[in-house]
Amino acid sequence: MHQASSYEQIERRARTRERVRKTVTYVLLVLWALIVLFPFYWMILSSVKSYSAYNSEYIPKLYTLAPTIQNYIDAFTTVSLGRYFLNTLIFTVITTGLMMIVIVPAAFAFSRLDFPGKNLVFTLFLSLMMIPNELVIITNFVTITDWGMRNSYIGLILPSVTSVFYIYLLKENFEQIPDALYKAAKVDGTSDLKYLLKVMLPMTRPTIITIMILKVIECWNSYVWPRLITDDERYFLVSNGIQEIRENGFGRENIPAMMAAVVVISVPLIVLFLIFHKKIMAGVSRGGTKG
Amino acid sequence: MKQSKWKPWLYLLPAFIFLGIFMVYPLIDVFVYSFEEGYNSASQTFFGTGPYNYRYVLRDPYFLQAVKNTFLIVVITVPVSTGLALLISVGLNSIKPLKELFQTIYFLPYVTNTLAVGLVFMILFQKTPYTDGFVNLIIKWFGGSSIDFIDGPYWAKMFVMCFYTIWVVMPFKVLILTSALASVNPVYYNAAKVDGTSKLRIFTRITLPMISPMLFYLIITGFIGAFKAYSDEVAIFGTDLNAAGMNTIVGYVYDMLYGDSGGYPSYAAAAAIILFAIVLTITCVNLLVSRKNTTYA
Repeated sequence: MHQASSYEQIERRARTRERVRKTVTYVLLVLWALIVLFPFYWMILSSVKSYSAYNSEYIPKLYTLAPTIQNYIDAFTTVSLGRYFLNTLIFTVITTGLMMIVIVPAAFAFSRLDFPGKNLVFTLFLSLMMIPNELVIITNFVTITDWGMRNSYIGLILPSVTSVFYIYLLKENFEQIPDALYKAAKVDGTSDLKYLLKVMLPMTRPTIITIMILKVIECWNSYVWPRLITDDERYFLVSNGIQEIRENGFGRENIPAMMAAVVVISVPLIVLFLIFHKKIMAGVSRGGTKG
Repeated sequence: MKQSKWKPWLYLLPAFIFLGIFMVYPLIDVFVYSFEEGYNSASQTFFGTGPYNYRYVLRDPYFLQAVKNTFLIVVITVPVSTGLALLISVGLNSIKPLKELFQTIYFLPYVTNTLAVGLVFMILFQKTPYTDGFVNLIIKWFGGSSIDFIDGPYWAKMFVMCFYTIWVVMPFKVLILTSALASVNPVYYNAAKVDGTSKLRIFTRITLPMISPMLFYLIITGFIGAFKAYSDEVAIFGTDLNAAGMNTIVGYVYDMLYGDSGGYPSYAAAAAIILFAIVLTITCVNLLVSRKNTTYA
């Protein structure tokens, strides 16, 4: 009798402890989720408050009853947000496209073709991954300036069209394709180029898409190089645009309009992420790093 | 036969050209720059060669301030973000419902423009004549007095800086640690359970050793990333980081290169090489430490 009740007690205690553990876990997770999401909520909220409403709230309100889209109109009319947006789009598309043209053949050569010194060349290649951007950017800045390419798309694009890391990633993937396929194609008289385009690329499509998405994110957020190479507002990308808006755009106090601009800039990547979130997260965990 | 001998090189050519011009040549050139004294970018002339640039940079109060800021950011954000990421990942791995939703939410900062979201952080922390800002509202709730985090005392600015840096780097760390934790073979846990091992002991004796390679990977990349802090600072304090007293080493390099105080590629080169030396040293130390303490299963 006594025994049974003590078992019950132990079991109950264990269950309570488990419940407490679960609760603490969820509280912690929800808390961090709130910290992550709150800035997004705040920027959307501020962007739909009217200028006068925002500035009359000495104690900021956590909601608004009179949302307005005036700030979005301002963001596109008083500052050249549309222009920054278009520039970034052009920059992103061309850079990503060019990069694929450069890295796919290189990865193909390293994975499929045989040539003397291949291992040595590949090792040298990999060692380039250790070079920090900060070291080479100084000379690149001087080079692009000497070539008279400041304030031009080409000057923005050129230094970022290669990535040793993506060549490496792609090469690893190409090597997963069985040799037999290549030999069969050779017997059929398929050229290397045709084999690359018709067989290898379709087979490694998931990796190709992952690389492209990661590059798009990188391009969309790039700040340092565009800042160095452009001082003409007509060539600003969104990152520099937002900095320009902040420092001499609407006037320092028009925060709702700034927030509208911030929302407009953030939306494309967030939409991209919501569509491809599995791919993006898998791609990043395979070796993406920030910056 | 002759044609096919050249073919591989033809495939490699575009990559070689770009890497040669924008990576290999600059790497050599940056050392040349750093030893050219009194280099003038307009006339492309210099007086002589020697270590003067390094001496100048090491005595520049702005550089010393930048070094101090950078080290503080590294020392604070790397342990805090790694520890917090570990805590959150362990929490994430222990739940089933809503796990994917949480994971997706946590990853969101990774895909946002740091410059844009930094502006939101600035507004949340800022104190202006018109408003105390959201964070001060909370501080007052708890009975504190409001502080200007953006233009106020140094520690307050450093706090915002570290807070934002952690917010930005967390997604990557949580992602890596969650997948590392999920890949630990459950056999070990079951064996421990049979033996009646306590949860804490399971964590320190099984979980930590099993994920230690990934943990060290995160610490090493975390150090490297934090030493290169720059755009997060700009996002919060604006482009004139020296005026805010919040410049970083990378910021110093770029300021020397370009901007209001710019036009000195030699100083920039010297500062960049000093940074590289620091990062290389710390990475080597990290690797040595990790080799001693990592379990490769």
